[in-house]
Amino acid sequence: MKLPVNWLNEYVDTKNIKIKDYCDAMTMSGSKVEGYETACGEITNVVIGKIEKIERHPDADKLQICQINVGDEVLQIVTGAQNVFEGAYIPVAKVGARLVGGFKISKGKLRGVESNGMLCSEEEIGININGEKSTGIMILDGEPELGADFVEYYGLKEDIVEFEITSNRPDCLGVLGLARETAATFDLDFKKPEGKFTENGENISDYLKVSVLNTEKCERYAARVVKNVKIEPSPLWLQRRLNRAGVRSINNIVDITNYVMLEYGRPMHAFDIKYVAGNEIIVRDAKKGEKIVTLDGIERELDESVLVIADSEKPSAVAGVMGGEYSGVTDDTTTIVFESANFNGPSTRRTSQKLGLRTESSGRYEKGLDAEETVPALNRALELVEMLGAGEIVGGMIDINNKPENKVVLPLEAERINNFIGMDVSKEEMIRILKKLDFEVENDMITAPSFRTDIGCFNDIAEEVARIYGYDKISSSVISGEVTEGKYTKSQQFENKIKTLLSDIGCYEIYTYSFTSPGMFDMLRIPEDSELRKVVKITNPLGEENSIMRTTTAHSVLEVLRTNYNHRVKDALVFETGNIYIPKAIPVTELPDEVKMLTIGSYGKYDFYDIKGIVEVLFAELGIKDADFEPINDNPTFHPYRTAKILDKDGNELGIMGEVHPLVAENYEIGEKAYICMLNLEKMLEVAYSEIKYKEMPKFPATTRDLAMLVDDDTMVSKLEKTIKKFGGKILEEVNLFDIYKGKQIPEGKKSVAYALSFRASDRTLTDEEVSASMNKILKNLQSDFNAELRM
Amino acid sequence: MKDALMKIKEQALSDIASGAEDIEALKVKYLGKKGELTAILKGMGKLTAEERPVIGQLANDVRNAIEEAIAKEQASLKEKALAKTLLEEKIDVSVPGNKKEIGSKHPLTIVLDELKDIFVGMGYEIADGPEVEYDYYNFEALNIPQDHPARDTQDTFYINDNIVLRTQTSSMQIRVMENKKPPIKIIAPGRVYRSDAVDATHSPVFHQIEGLVVDKGITMSDLKGTLETFVKRLYGDDAKIRFRPHHFPFTEPSAEVDVSCFVCKGEGCSVCKGEGWIEILGAGMVHPNVLKVCGIDPEVYSGFAFGIGLERLVMRRFDINDLRLFFENDIRFLKQF
Repeated sequence: MKLPVNWLNEYVDTKNIKIKDYCDAMTMSGSKVEGYETACGEITNVVIGKIEKIERHPDADKLQICQINVGDEVLQIVTGAQNVFEGAYIPVAKVGARLVGGFKISKGKLRGVESNGMLCSEEEIGININGEKSTGIMILDGEPELGADFVEYYGLKEDIVEFEITSNRPDCLGVLGLARETAATFDLDFKKPEGKFTENGENISDYLKVSVLNTEKCERYAARVVKNVKIEPSPLWLQRRLNRAGVRSINNIVDITNYVMLEYGRPMHAFDIKYVAGNEIIVRDAKKGEKIVTLDGIERELDESVLVIADSEKPSAVAGVMGGEYSGVTDDTTTIVFESANFNGPSTRRTSQKLGLRTESSGRYEKGLDAEETVPALNRALELVEMLGAGEIVGGMIDINNKPENKVVLPLEAERINNFIGMDVSKEEMIRILKKLDFEVENDMITAPSFRTDIGCFNDIAEEVARIYGYDKISSSVISGEVTEGKYTKSQQFENKIKTLLSDIGCYEIYTYSFTSPGMFDMLRIPEDSELRKVVKITNPLGEENSIMRTTTAHSVLEVLRTNYNHRVKDALVFETGNIYIPKAIPVTELPDEVKMLTIGSYGKYDFYDIKGIVEVLFAELGIKDADFEPINDNPTFHPYRTAKILDKDGNELGIMGEVHPLVAENYEIGEKAYICMLNLEKMLEVAYSEIKYKEMPKFPATTRDLAMLVDDDTMVSKLEKTIKKFGGKILEEVNLFDIYKGKQIPEGKKSVAYALSFRASDRTLTDEEVSASMNKILKNLQSDFNAELRM
Repeated sequence: MKDALMKIKEQALSDIASGAEDIEALKVKYLGKKGELTAILKGMGKLTAEERPVIGQLANDVRNAIEEAIAKEQASLKEKALAKTLLEEKIDVSVPGNKKEIGSKHPLTIVLDELKDIFVGMGYEIADGPEVEYDYYNFEALNIPQDHPARDTQDTFYINDNIVLRTQTSSMQIRVMENKKPPIKIIAPGRVYRSDAVDATHSPVFHQIEGLVVDKGITMSDLKGTLETFVKRLYGDDAKIRFRPHHFPFTEPSAEVDVSCFVCKGEGCSVCKGEGWIEILGAGMVHPNVLKVCGIDPEVYSGFAFGIGLERLVMRRFDINDLRLFFENDIRFLKQF
């Protein structure tokens, strides 16, 4: 909302307030100022001149040489404008003048002819600040004083304040609403327009009949008729006001409706009575399939949910949103209807959404306007009609009011307000503030003004008092009452620990989007019938690539690897804790399961065992014991022989890790071996046992034995280890794999595996016999289970 | 004999001092079993009873003197040898150390952790909740009915008519109040979603931290005091806050909260666009309608709520100028934290 300050000053006098102070104070009382600009503020050295003589430029068809009288001298200025004539009064930028945008005028020659200044268009001197294109040099009316400073002479310098108004205050989307707020903020007087005019002796009922069929959606409909209308441009002051408020001037009648809209914050409509078939206006629901061509030239099909303004034959406007193409005012219009109505907010909003048509009007109605203001706004329009001599006002008004007066009355609880906010404002001061805002206060009962549709409870009153009193004067306090314990939940602590650990051992944490592309399933080679393809879909995504909630994190992490690979990052090791979203049923009718996953990804110098090492150290730190890595070869995203399911000690699946299938890596344009690991955080938490108990340091020495054997190449070492542990007995303390060897001296199809075993008892030094007995048992079972051959 | 002793002493000390012969050899030569001093002492038996203690004493003195000289020389040689070894061990300390690889937490995590710690320290619990959320929790129960214009300020992703991607962590206010009786003191950090096209300051996925306190007698001063404490912990003791009236459907009164610019300390600079203040969060007193739908009597209880945008906070903290960096995850970016 742009507020030209001179307009504001008509209703509340702020001339003695500095603009910066004004803006700060308004922001602090609740009308947020985005900024301000000063129209014509940078214009200097532009004076009023008169064209004495025009000659053609000898060497250029499009240029003219003008002799300009600027009072104390005559300047020769060359112009390209074609709308100048001898005797015209015009704004002249003298040499050294500054125009809009800091543009500076200097002496010059155009095609060899000296030019000492410039004739100005409205745009160049800040009269027209709305981006509307000027058509030529501005021609001034009457006989203004030659040589006078142009900006000063016409009083053109004006501050324009831009407000950002919150959706609960549609009343402040108008000059009057802001004037009221200004008055309350600075404790000034606020006066409203009177809306006075003279009617002729006729009666509107001879011109127009109105019936409202849907009284719920059309809460109030008021109309007046003006005859003998002269359609012409508005006077300059009015044009300028509209322009500075950001509205284009059209003609006097349309300008009046816009002027009233900008003052009262409510849309208004004027239309030619000759297009009202049967001279009857019917406000009704549209019929299914009924069509209307709106002002923007688009044909729109309507249905019963849309409220229309119709005549006896056809709809002429979509109520509260946009008029039809024949509903406007044209140059040959002679009799017009001014309509001021109140349409229901939510229904206007639904219509506007349905038609995909957001307008200035719908944007205002949908916030909920005050039905009480319908008639004052209409009266103001007629006052302007009279002021502008735009026509003759027909007697009488049609006013169909279906909105019962519903005043909000609340008690004034001064002490409760002070306690609730934490301030100390006297009751008298509260009453003063509320009255300034047009609340009525009588016998400690507050009646909210009808335009304050946002007021409904104690808190609202407290806010009104607090914001005008000043939020900055509210004291600060410490919460008293029952002490609460601050804490993290178990799973939060668990996640924190994982993040700390992984980042400490060399992983970089990443954050990826939770929604992703349905194309990922093919990229990941996930089969057509996979459960993973059952997804939560976004009905209005930003794009296909962000249209489903992910059911796997593989795609997200591979995309990060791709980005880094593309950016020529040599090695990448990243992790994320983030959700996947598993629908309970398709179509989605209830919330999906949000499952938190830990995902690790790498390429570069890291191999399978690096990632496995990370998982192992993580498990060790988190107290996840005896996890198993079981080979799987049927997950098409992964390398068939370098991938493991990760199981807890009871065989429940915790996740998967492995080398990314080369075809998948190719899909992501990663030209190296990449690895990913995906673990279910909740399942990990279930089996994590983090309690630590101190164990006494051993008092007796350990005995170590190495054990090297030949086994079949495809024997998994984890199975060997299990056998060793199972038969090593209580005294077997530690088992460390230290070598796997294939090649020279090892028969084809075999491998050599070497372990260092450590034996110890807590109560004695072990004898050789004891250790050998244990070793023999281990060997015997390795031989029988794996056909292991001992190597010496 | 006396002369002979004195001569040995003289000779020995000069030999030792000259450093020409090996010190161990000298030790044998003079003090060894077959050494010169021993040889002389063997002749002691021939001395008279009067001479014997005198010569004996002298012989001892000579031996001590030689021993001392040898020890001294030995120590000095050892020292020299060590100095030589040390010199040989000289290294270039300017050569870089051996690399220890560590990774990093994401900048969003780093700042979020700080925030969480601050609030846990102030007695807050941390609540989690669903990102795919019922319209009821995201809007309806927060005093934003269907067709309310406030829905416009948050472009919403819809799953269906009833389910949305939450546009604000405020949904957690309802979930917490439905399940917990006052006193309530929680923060709820999490992901939120809005249908904003990606640019340097917008992302369709971002993070908020919701705060909620409900108890008897909670006031707007408490809100101010709480946020002051929080801001001082985050930005230092000289940080100030400013409340500006604002509107949120689920709080009343509502405020936008600015913090004094931590670059210029309120003087006005490019970071705060000359304002001296930077907006960091929205806050307010929980709207009685919101308390009511959660079965909390607004005549008995009151509360405050606030919502902080994490990305903006982090951008300011680390002077990051493009929000897209957070989700691009270039390791060269991540490494810096």
